[in-house]
Amino acid sequence: MMASAKKRKKWHKVKKGPFIVISSFLVIWFIGIASGEPVRVLEQAVRVCLSCIGIG
Amino acid sequence: MESVRKWVQVVFGFLTNGYWAFPFTRNIYQGPLKVICAPGLNCYSCPAATTYCLIGSLQQLLANMRLALEGGQYYFGLYVVGSAGILGGLFGRMICGWVCPFGFIQELLNKIPSPKFGVPRPLRYGKFIILLVFVIILPAFAMDEFGAGSTWFCKYICPAGTLEAGLPMIFLQPGLRANLGYLFINKIVILVLFLGWSVVASRPFCRTACPLGAFYALFSRHKLVKLRLNRDNCTSCGACHPVCPMGVKFDESPEDQDCISCMKCMTKACRFEAIYLEIGGMPVATGSSLVRPVSVEE
Repeated sequence: MMASAKKRKKWHKVKKGPFIVISSFLVIWFIGIASGEPVRVLEQAVRVCLSCIGIG
Repeated sequence: MESVRKWVQVVFGFLTNGYWAFPFTRNIYQGPLKVICAPGLNCYSCPAATTYCLIGSLQQLLANMRLALEGGQYYFGLYVVGSAGILGGLFGRMICGWVCPFGFIQELLNKIPSPKFGVPRPLRYGKFIILLVFVIILPAFAMDEFGAGSTWFCKYICPAGTLEAGLPMIFLQPGLRANLGYLFINKIVILVLFLGWSVVASRPFCRTACPLGAFYALFSRHKLVKLRLNRDNCTSCGACHPVCPMGVKFDESPEDQDCISCMKCMTKACRFEAIYLEIGGMPVATGSSLVRPVSVEE
């Protein structure tokens, strides 16, 4: 009886760890946006940095 | 599953390098999509690149941090680190296995018939040293007399940048050839070494030197999508060892930092359904079935 009672099905628990990690980095991401970093990133990305690719 | 992965690699390769007007403009893409990050290692000075490189941008922001602060701009790389962290928390090194163009190139090179060798395990810590020293510490703290740093990893190491940007740019803009010197020779040597190594060993750059892979590896325990081991089903037969392109022994270390979730062990090796894919703790697939029941016997 005990063994059959233990055989009841249980649901897998949703892990909180990944959601905490993702939420933390979302906060960091939003702080970066609020400080205007995307504009700076875009300015850098549309220019060829010659020394970065080994030229000059 | 392996053919699906190959198609995903091809599609993402084209999505992150989708600017095919470069032979006519002879320049890189300069549109607004470049505010979005490429999940894998993909140089944003590549003429076809449509997105920015996480590692390149982080170095640029850190290298110019002092000048930015003097100008009242608080740029610490939070947007870039946040983007990388969100991707890491979702997928971890699955990105290396499924969408990174340079990883895909290494996989293709490894298909060339030749004797195959392993990569010594201690070398895998090299990528963490490169991330810490060449991507963070040197760009942030090694300044010139004007207070500006340099992009040390891109400048002295990155073989992806040499292959995807350096070589194409000297063909597109012949005037640049006059500037080639020891810096370029150094980068060509590093590129040739890694490409040659990729023929005889599986993904050597990913395993030993990739700083983006090192960053994603930090999420191996707490990523949303991951492969898991059901120890009740595992017979420790070792069938998952030889199929792993990263040299991971999945039955011994299921949360290994180098697992790129390519799923070869799950779909090609394990016959006991001991390896399964889970999302946020919920099993979703095994080697033989796409959807696994979400309940288990207690």
